[in-house]
Amino acid sequence: MNALNNHSLILTTLEGVPGKEIVEHYGLVQGSTIRAKHVGKDIMAGFKNIVGGELKGYTELLQEARKESVERMVMQAEQLGANAVVNIRFATSSVAPGAAELFAYGTAVKVQ
Amino acid sequence: MELLVPLILTAIGFFVGKNLEQKHYASIKAREKQTLHIPMMNFGAKQDLPHAHEAQMFVGSVVVANDYFKTLSAALRNLVGGRVVVYESLVDRGRREALLRMKEEAIGWGASQIVNVRFETSNIGGQGGGGLAAVEIMAYGTAIR
Repeated sequence: MNALNNHSLILTTLEGVPGKEIVEHYGLVQGSTIRAKHVGKDIMAGFKNIVGGELKGYTELLQEARKESVERMVMQAEQLGANAVVNIRFATSSVAPGAAELFAYGTAVKVQ
Repeated sequence: MELLVPLILTAIGFFVGKNLEQKHYASIKAREKQTLHIPMMNFGAKQDLPHAHEAQMFVGSVVVANDYFKTLSAALRNLVGGRVVVYESLVDRGRREALLRMKEEAIGWGASQIVNVRFETSNIGGQGGGGLAAVEIMAYGTAIR
């Protein structure tokens, strides 16, 4: 299963947690990663670019980056004493040629 | 000889790329039909969800690239402007694939519906203009059960 589900915190893109009540707000938490492309994968992607379609190596890279940025966000939330992160959003940007940033942010809350 | 290589690459891109795209669309359509019973929506953040006992975020992501033929035809299209049809199918494929990956994972978890779905797209263009043209697409939402 997805590594997002390995921790005890509840993560949602909603403004609350269904069936539970928010008792405390801890404010914004965030996590980001910047990943560069792998040379070998880049060469393979270059070949793949002739015929098009999914670039599996890059998909994996993106998934790893996403997991890590979420983990960093979760770590920050745990330090604050939260047990859920609500209203999570993702943003991506390419900072430099060949490097991509993945940014996750949300609001840390305590629910009951 | 110098003209031959790009010509061959374009031909490969056109035939193989077209074939792959058709296969991908066939798989997307089949899976969309299979997962049709789980409703998905992009609202739900502010509503009460009385049936929900548990909520969990799910993410689906994909990186898709265009083929050599499409790159060339888009470059030609750039001269006169207008709709770039070859790129439209590329992003469409990517979005639907990312959405399906999220949905399938949520169904595996036991979701009854998926609310507040969002998309995030960015291109990983590579070095300058000569790099590869690829887009990364993420779909994420909250599954409830």
